[in-house]
Amino acid sequence: MIEIDGLSKTFTLHNQGGAVIEVMRGAALRVAPGECVALTGASGAGKSTLMRMIYGNYRAAAGRIEIDGLDVARASPREILALRRRTLGYVSQFLRVVPRVPTVDVVAEPCRAVGLDAEAARERARALLARLNIPERLWALSPTTFSGGEQQRVNIARGFAHEYPALLLDEPTASLDAANRAVVLALIEQAKARGAAVVGIFHDAAARVQVCDREIDVSAFSPGAAA
Amino acid sequence: MNAPAPVVASDAPLLRVRGLEKRYGARIGCAAVSFDLWPGEVMGIVGESGSGKSTLLGCLAGHMAPDAGEVLFDVGGVLRDTARMAEAERRRLARTDWAFVHQHAHEGLRMGVSAGGNVGERLMAVGARHYGDIRAQALDWLGRVEIAADRIDDRPTAFSGGMRQRLQIARNLVTGPRLVFMDEPTGGLDVSVQARLLDLLRGLVREMGLSAIIVTHDLAVVRLLADRLMVMKDGLVVEQGLTDQVLDDPQHAYTQLLVASVLQV
Amino acid sequence: MTATDYNFAYLDEQTKRMIRRTILKALAIPGYQAPFASREMPMPYGWGTGGVQVTAAVLTPEDRLKVIDQGADDTTNAVSIRRFFARTAGVATTEATTEATVIQTRHRIPETPLTEGQILVYQVPIPEPLRFLEPRETETRKMHSLEEYGLMHVKLYEDIARHGAIATAYAYPVKVEGRYVMDPSPIPKFDNPKLCSPAIQLFGAGREQRIYALPPHCSVVSLDFEDHPFEPSKADAACGLCGATDSYLDEVITDDEGGRMFLCSDTDYCAGRQAAGHRGAAQEDAA
Repeated sequence: MIEIDGLSKTFTLHNQGGAVIEVMRGAALRVAPGECVALTGASGAGKSTLMRMIYGNYRAAAGRIEIDGLDVARASPREILALRRRTLGYVSQFLRVVPRVPTVDVVAEPCRAVGLDAEAARERARALLARLNIPERLWALSPTTFSGGEQQRVNIARGFAHEYPALLLDEPTASLDAANRAVVLALIEQAKARGAAVVGIFHDAAARVQVCDREIDVSAFSPGAAA
Repeated sequence: MNAPAPVVASDAPLLRVRGLEKRYGARIGCAAVSFDLWPGEVMGIVGESGSGKSTLLGCLAGHMAPDAGEVLFDVGGVLRDTARMAEAERRRLARTDWAFVHQHAHEGLRMGVSAGGNVGERLMAVGARHYGDIRAQALDWLGRVEIAADRIDDRPTAFSGGMRQRLQIARNLVTGPRLVFMDEPTGGLDVSVQARLLDLLRGLVREMGLSAIIVTHDLAVVRLLADRLMVMKDGLVVEQGLTDQVLDDPQHAYTQLLVASVLQV
Repeated sequence: MTATDYNFAYLDEQTKRMIRRTILKALAIPGYQAPFASREMPMPYGWGTGGVQVTAAVLTPEDRLKVIDQGADDTTNAVSIRRFFARTAGVATTEATTEATVIQTRHRIPETPLTEGQILVYQVPIPEPLRFLEPRETETRKMHSLEEYGLMHVKLYEDIARHGAIATAYAYPVKVEGRYVMDPSPIPKFDNPKLCSPAIQLFGAGREQRIYALPPHCSVVSLDFEDHPFEPSKADAACGLCGATDSYLDEVITDDEGGRMFLCSDTDYCAGRQAAGHRGAAQEDAA
């Protein structure tokens, strides 16, 4: 589902004397359907960078990132948009939404984007919000005013609303209590069971052990590692 | 068999721009602008004042004639150069398939005409002649942009800035256009009013399958509304791509400066 | 009587030729506002300078001229224009609609149906029907050339929204020959159906330097909505003098106690009916 080869990333800081910083070289990764792979490595090793490149958020300097047959490193914006809509989900650590939109609609959005009608999409959203223990009285409110933990759960609900064949999870269990953490891990297990390829970053070692099939240490891809 | 092959809707761009250029004497308004816009896509154009973004928008919307290049718009499955079509036809497109939302609502509204009349004008322009139907559609649209039904006979002079902007949007979208041009649609509005408008625009864009081109200098606005982003400087496109990619991993020196100059977006 | 120091009908021949060319153009494109080089006339703008120039250009020595203002032959404006042409052209004048070959009018069409061979000349203050909503002349010209007339219905929409019915009572816009939207000058909308006529109708706007025209028998449709059709309304009363119920009426205050009566605005029509023995309520009271 996800195949990465020879992936490199550099940042050119034009406004700091044109400094070129190479942050990744020769990254390779394969994730099969139904598999969950954890990215590990010290803080700053490039876990998030790699994940952002897979999502098309960062540009690759060289290499190949093939997801469901599309090379994200070379795809047009339109192709990446379609990929993100149908195939590739991403739960980031931050919730970015249009202010004022009710939580239930924020969560229903990905289903609406793939053509589900409004009520069916909301129904799905309500089920997820209930499962993630977001109190029903909050569903009609914008999540912008929620606590960090609540926002994180809304983000997760949104990420799992549409059954993406590939999922990227950036610290999905951070700042969650035990009960909600268990719900999220169950959601990941379910996604795997239906055949989703999952790439995750988990500081939570126990969670990692529970849901991940393999670990990839991204330190190996740092230019200094001289593999 | 020489007729142009019918194109599958999803495979054909709604708008194709090639080598667009507009000069003011020796000075460049915009130059070498090329891009494709697909149905349902929202593209943002950012840049500082004088970067050529408004000139570009004006050329795209047919408000000014480009000096070179093509602005190809899908008319009945065929891409037609709107910069070269007869003015009558271009203006017909402008009041049916296109919409233009001005930064200052009073430029896009008839301030001496009631809200209902403002919304109804485009309907009447394309031949609606039944008062009751026109009024019913105007009411429906006022509802969609969250203007109370009992304000239908009030003039926009009695409306707040945010209401005027919403009325302008209703007036523009009532004929179900396919492409909306927006020039700083949230400029000059209070932050809370902006949010409401953004929400509204996003909902309408998705509901109606609209394509939109939004000129703004507000990176937060494009982050929330635009799928794709074009960065302009001195009349040239310095960078374009996915909105989040351009904002999070800017490649060009100017874009890096632009992103770095803004508070967290 | 004729003032021999003037050319026939006051204007010089070159000017008349220029105006005639404009009139021919206007007749060829019914409803289109043809520009012309309006001359200074010995009367202020607003007193019919456009109509007077058109009349001067079409008059021949054999013509018989009638001039009305609000339907009346005996008001200041009508009297002075009639006298002006009597002096400068020496043409015969009349108050009888049927006898006139050229009729200059302000704000009315005579009640007596016009016939072929007659010319009706309107004095027009503002020729542009779109002006009310679009102040830019460049834009209104473009709207005419591209047939963008949605705005005209916006005006009628506003009427209904505000008053429950189309309240425009005069200068009611019409579409000519399915093409140009035209302001019929400030005639009451009661007169609109009479715009379809065997006579030639010429509209002159002096200050705005425009002439437009309706050739005989051309189609003139008053704009309306399907559910609010055009209605040529008038006061629901009969003329106090001649008892007519089919003519356009003026309301006249008769005393300080709220007394009032309705009279035909067309004085010739009213006089003709009285001569034929018709009597209104006021006459009967007096008798």
